[in-house]
Amino acid sequence: MKTLMLGNEAVARGLYEAGCSLVSSYPGTPSTEITECAAKYDEIYAEWAPNEKVAMETAFGACLAGKRSFCGMKHVGLNVAADPLFTISYTGVNAGMVIGVADDAGMHSSQNEQDSRHYAEAAKIPMLEPSDSAEALAFTKLAYELSEQFDTPVLLKMCTRVSHSQSVVEPADRVMPAPKPYQKDGAKYIMMPGNAKRRHPVVEERTRRLTEWAETAPVNRIEPGKDHQIGIITASTAYQYVKEACGDTYPVLKLGLSWPMPEKLIRDFAAGVSQLVVVEELDGFIESHCRNLGLSPIGKEKFSCIDELSQNIVAQALGKATAAGCKLDENIPPRPPVMCAGCPHRGMFYTLSKNKCTVLGDIGCYTLGAVAPLSAIDTTICMGASVSGLHGFNKAGGGQGEGHTVAVIGDSTFMHSGMTGLVNIAYNESNSTVVILDNSITGMTGHQQNPTTGYNLKGDPCTKIDLESFCRAIGIKRVRVVDPYDLAACDAAVKEELAAAEPSVIISRRPCVLLKYVKTPGPILSDPAKCVGCKSCMKIGCPAISIVDKKAVIDNTLCTGCGVCEQLCKFDALGGKKEG
Amino acid sequence: METKNIMIVGVGGQGSLLASKLLGRLLLTKGYDIKVSEVHGMSQRGGSVVTYVRYGDKVYSPIIDKGQADFIVSFELLEAARWTEYLKPNGKIVTNTQQVNPMPVITGAASYPENLVQKMQEKGIDVDAFDALSLAEEAGSSKAANLVLMGRLSKGFDFTEEEWMQAISQSVPGKFLEMNQKAFRLGRES
Repeated sequence: MKTLMLGNEAVARGLYEAGCSLVSSYPGTPSTEITECAAKYDEIYAEWAPNEKVAMETAFGACLAGKRSFCGMKHVGLNVAADPLFTISYTGVNAGMVIGVADDAGMHSSQNEQDSRHYAEAAKIPMLEPSDSAEALAFTKLAYELSEQFDTPVLLKMCTRVSHSQSVVEPADRVMPAPKPYQKDGAKYIMMPGNAKRRHPVVEERTRRLTEWAETAPVNRIEPGKDHQIGIITASTAYQYVKEACGDTYPVLKLGLSWPMPEKLIRDFAAGVSQLVVVEELDGFIESHCRNLGLSPIGKEKFSCIDELSQNIVAQALGKATAAGCKLDENIPPRPPVMCAGCPHRGMFYTLSKNKCTVLGDIGCYTLGAVAPLSAIDTTICMGASVSGLHGFNKAGGGQGEGHTVAVIGDSTFMHSGMTGLVNIAYNESNSTVVILDNSITGMTGHQQNPTTGYNLKGDPCTKIDLESFCRAIGIKRVRVVDPYDLAACDAAVKEELAAAEPSVIISRRPCVLLKYVKTPGPILSDPAKCVGCKSCMKIGCPAISIVDKKAVIDNTLCTGCGVCEQLCKFDALGGKKEG
Repeated sequence: METKNIMIVGVGGQGSLLASKLLGRLLLTKGYDIKVSEVHGMSQRGGSVVTYVRYGDKVYSPIIDKGQADFIVSFELLEAARWTEYLKPNGKIVTNTQQVNPMPVITGAASYPENLVQKMQEKGIDVDAFDALSLAEEAGSSKAANLVLMGRLSKGFDFTEEEWMQAISQSVPGKFLEMNQKAFRLGRES
């Protein structure tokens, strides 16, 4: 029966139908729902790993044991997992192994706009690229067939618009592949130089055979067009924009396999049109391949490598008129994302801001601490970079910075790759203070469990990593916990730990206010008679407080009663509850 | 049939995902090709959010571009004004009159524009602005404003009330069904 599915949900369905038995992933927008949806099938063992490298190695182990496996991540997660990626390419697989990676053109929820297709070429691994949910399902199943037929892991590349768009799919039954018991095979699986030297030619031969397969594979298809003045090569969501803008006007070569690319098929297609055009999001990946074949396509000079494409962008670049909408002659103020009312991170960021700290930040909801008026973050690079960066900053800067510089990192990010940086602080003894913003969940990606929460992906109780014991065990002697709703306690902790002449960790602990189990006291009152309009309460950037007619006003639909603003008011104008 | 385009815009957390889910269910039963594009992740946190719903015989792009929307349904007035450029010349905006101040307004760096409905009408835009929040509260919860808006939107479509109600019952958990159906009716009958 036909049904609507998110692209990510369709990948999960594909995993189910293909007989995948194990899924190990780290959450990251826009890839997260693949694993969340896979976890809903009882037949699939699914888990959140602490990071993408662990996830990929886990999936590899599972395929070695003879079960079809999957790991999912966002584009930047593939950087973390790049180490196993390049060598699993050499070993190949036993049962099929598929690696899902989701790019984020337009950076809806990411720190860069990298194009993951380069990894396929660099690691010499085939990459399938679906353009809607039906293809997401079909390509997932095909990926396992390719993986086993060609003895290779297969990359399945998603992007925000394919991952987070629902379209029509037709689900089928689960079919279990024949079991493939593990057999010891050192020449294939022990990648020490002697063996790896013999595996590299196997990889090159595999790419040659895959290129041959790509010439006639149904996933690379030519759609005829009336006007042969131009012919368009495209893939993924860019294909949809091309069809939307041009319909059946021009011939289109749609590539479902982004790597390796066919040669004869592209040459023949180019020969049948006057001008070859490549429409692809982000880098000129297909375009470069065409140039290597000696062709002269129009590409990135017309279709930018910056930001997403759209049907209007494609139409305009091809010289077609587009409809114009009506813009108001009005300055519409932007509405950037904000830290939620009642967010436990707010109190700690206010404290860091008040103490004029230099703050090396990390990846998570708390990146929003960078936004005015808190403006409490100096850097955001990648997962874990706050802790290791702080160590380098303090080693190089010495006493000048140590007394007012901290790293802030969430509980999940700390488990992902902050803890290795903390080991470096302990081992190489920098006078560094790390603040772990422990909101007891992976927040930004929509509440995923992690090793510090005590629950697994399926929601069952499991081993809970104790952050205090962990930090002490690796050699940090000064470890303390504060409640970020208590501003005085935060201030004391930050001042004392920065003053101490040794490494320290402050665990700023309170669960995310959006978690279902968190009960809030409800909105507080503001007293216009007592409010003098000093705007002290506005320093925390709470969306529930605004100044109306020079008085603080509380938005009852947003205020959770966290009490942080009350501690800032010297005139007792904020606080208390409605009677009854 | 030419592809129809509906944009649902608002402030992160206002319930636009349920509205698009409901539309998707309804359109699927009518046998259309459909694409619904959503926003997840960072931009959801109280930021400006947009969902695209497209249906017809064959739908390619998952997004709606400038000058293409038949309807813009807005949960908040400023957001309606933000997206007018995406409306077709003969398109229609259905908007809640609720105002939610964005952070630049809260901090005093910008001000919330006044008389937005009038300014949109002066540009010749067909705007149906009404207080969906009060109707939602009448139905039992301010959180049901999304269903009130869907009810108001439904007046512009040929689908029967029964078809809408069936889609609602497929999209909403049982314990909130009655309230949401009431909210939808209040919007449809307003």
